[in-house]
Amino acid sequence: MNRSAGRRLTVAALTVIAVTAGATACSSGEGGGSSKAADSGTYTIWDPYPQFDKGSAWAKLLDDCGTKAGVKVKRTAFDTSDLTNKALLAAQQDNSADVLIVDNPVVSTLAEAGVLTTTEDNKLDTSAVDPNLLAAGQAGGKTYGTPIGANTLALYYNKAVLKKAGVDIASVKDWKTLTAALEKVDKAGEKGITFSAIGTEEGSFQFLPWLWGSGAQLTELDSTEAVSALSLWNDWLKKGYAPNSVINNTQTTSWQEFASGDYAFAENGTWQLANAEKAGFDYGVIPIPGAEGGNAAAPTGGEFVTIPVQGATDRYTTSQKLVSCLASGQNLLDTDTTLSYVAPTGEVQDKQVAADAKLKPWVDAVKAAKGRTSDDLGTKYPKISEQLWKAVQSALSGSKSPKDALTAAQSAVK
Amino acid sequence: MKHTTQLPDRRPLRDRTGAATAAAPSPARTTARRRPSSQQWAAWGFLAPVTLYLALFYAYPLYRNIDLSLRNYTVRSFVQGDAPFTGLRNYLTVFDDPTFAPALLHTVVFTVVSLVFQYAIGLALAVFFTQHFRLSATLRALFLVPWLLPLIVSASTWSWMLNSDSGIVNAALHAVGIGPVNWLTSPDWSLTSVILANIWIGVPFNLVVLHSGLQSIPAGLYEAAALDGANAWQRFWRITFPLLRPVSAITLLLGLVYTLKVFDIIWIMTKGGPADSSTTFATWSYQLGFGNLLPAFGPGAAVGNLLVVAALVFGLVYMRVQRKQGLS
Repeated sequence: MNRSAGRRLTVAALTVIAVTAGATACSSGEGGGSSKAADSGTYTIWDPYPQFDKGSAWAKLLDDCGTKAGVKVKRTAFDTSDLTNKALLAAQQDNSADVLIVDNPVVSTLAEAGVLTTTEDNKLDTSAVDPNLLAAGQAGGKTYGTPIGANTLALYYNKAVLKKAGVDIASVKDWKTLTAALEKVDKAGEKGITFSAIGTEEGSFQFLPWLWGSGAQLTELDSTEAVSALSLWNDWLKKGYAPNSVINNTQTTSWQEFASGDYAFAENGTWQLANAEKAGFDYGVIPIPGAEGGNAAAPTGGEFVTIPVQGATDRYTTSQKLVSCLASGQNLLDTDTTLSYVAPTGEVQDKQVAADAKLKPWVDAVKAAKGRTSDDLGTKYPKISEQLWKAVQSALSGSKSPKDALTAAQSAVK
Repeated sequence: MKHTTQLPDRRPLRDRTGAATAAAPSPARTTARRRPSSQQWAAWGFLAPVTLYLALFYAYPLYRNIDLSLRNYTVRSFVQGDAPFTGLRNYLTVFDDPTFAPALLHTVVFTVVSLVFQYAIGLALAVFFTQHFRLSATLRALFLVPWLLPLIVSASTWSWMLNSDSGIVNAALHAVGIGPVNWLTSPDWSLTSVILANIWIGVPFNLVVLHSGLQSIPAGLYEAAALDGANAWQRFWRITFPLLRPVSAITLLLGLVYTLKVFDIIWIMTKGGPADSSTTFATWSYQLGFGNLLPAFGPGAAVGNLLVVAALVFGLVYMRVQRKQGLS
């Protein structure tokens, strides 16, 4: 009796172990072999567009490209902020996706990590792409992918508010005239301008057009030009032309402020076009002016399609077919229309403007735009950017003067 | 008392007997019957899932975090897995960082102020709700709402309310003739704002635990004290407070561990800013490891480990105090 009870216990325990071990083995097997040998006819694609579900045009496009290349496509969508670390982890486990679509400033980080193949390895053709856009994906003379589309920043303005304040938008040509316009708006009892100066990459992204528009460089944050750019924002805040909340505004909350209809200007991106149509008031768009006139270079946003390094190098041929399918011709036009992006090639840009004249100022802005990691800054950019947004925050919150804040930032980068 | 004095000499004894049962008797008994060994196998079998679970989900991540903090990880060496061992370099980097001193100060202020107010308000409400009046259960349930809401909801709501330009708090201040306060965007106020929100979120937990602690105090004591002429104030300080001490201790300890690692509220409301004015170790660790396009895993892990050690130290202090209380 006793004996059999003991046996039963043993059997039960062993079963438990077997089941647990089996389960872990299964799950790790699933995670480990998703892109590899297990099923060589299935290609994985990771993208940062969780807003598109299975029935979306984007997902269908991916399937179609797979069918054309003769393989099955398995798509996984991640949140943008998650994707960098997910991609690094996957590479560490030697389990990268076959095609990876990432935000452009991340490309140089992943390239530095040795996660991405160069266009020499994967035979991608990038000759049609605008060089200023492609530069964001280049480091050390090598190209690590191709942009799927681009967006950038410009100034939206509310026609009714400007009319009430008696401002002619044609008079806004440089910083001086812009500030004068804001003063008029303020005197008329309306609100001036809203932007995002939050302590994240978004804050740096929004400050860059002003930094570059002043003639300053990312490599020298404490130059007089850079100080003048930060002083411009700082003065707007002090005089009440810009609300204090910009210090905590994301680009989305900043847009919500503008969409309330109270603000004359908002610095925001191409991706808000659809929302601008819905805002219910007449709006216009102008490029961000430089300090002394002309258009300031704005930073490019938008993703790159890349091909991560694989153990099985024979997969590149098919991956390359998939990427070419996604990033060229009619598909590119469709994709960029879906994403509300400006196309990275002149040919498709012309088609976009022909279809929708409202895109004209954006295409011009994208042509003047500049990649954040361009000028071979590469992985130096994230460090500079962090110090830059900190300096902006210090100055705008009043804890340091613009000059001190930028001097501290420059010495922290070194 | 007996229990604690015996502890030190009991441990080696148990070890000895443990070793003895494991090694010595088995060969002797196997000749007679197999039963003990198979029973032992069964025991190990039953232990295995839990051990495996602990090792996989607790020991290994902890080991990995320590390992991360002792190596010089760049994105490249993270992927290749060949990060050089650098000893305590990451910790020195963290100590030398200009953010270290403010982050430490903020962590201490955030934790202490939050705990004091959460506990005081929670206790006051708990005592209040022990007097059974009409609607007391309903009201108590209402007080639980902050605890039930997802943190992202409550933190976002707070950041709307405290918005400098369109927030309801500044609108209310304006109505009574006080100028606007830049709750989230001024370096002087941001820490206060996140502490306020955190107190609001922590009160229900203190209320619930202390309320249940109050239930276990015999009503007879209060009756006796009342007969002896003790007023309400005296009854609180002489009966309620001392008898609630064990419950208070565990409430405060749990509160401390929760508060030390509070991240979501601060991150959603201020991102630790402006200019690091509301950065604590928890947000700093995240900022280092994930808040940048170029993650600094080593220093991030180092800051995380400092937090773990702090929580551990306070846990040990708590056990020490418990033991002393047991002795007296």
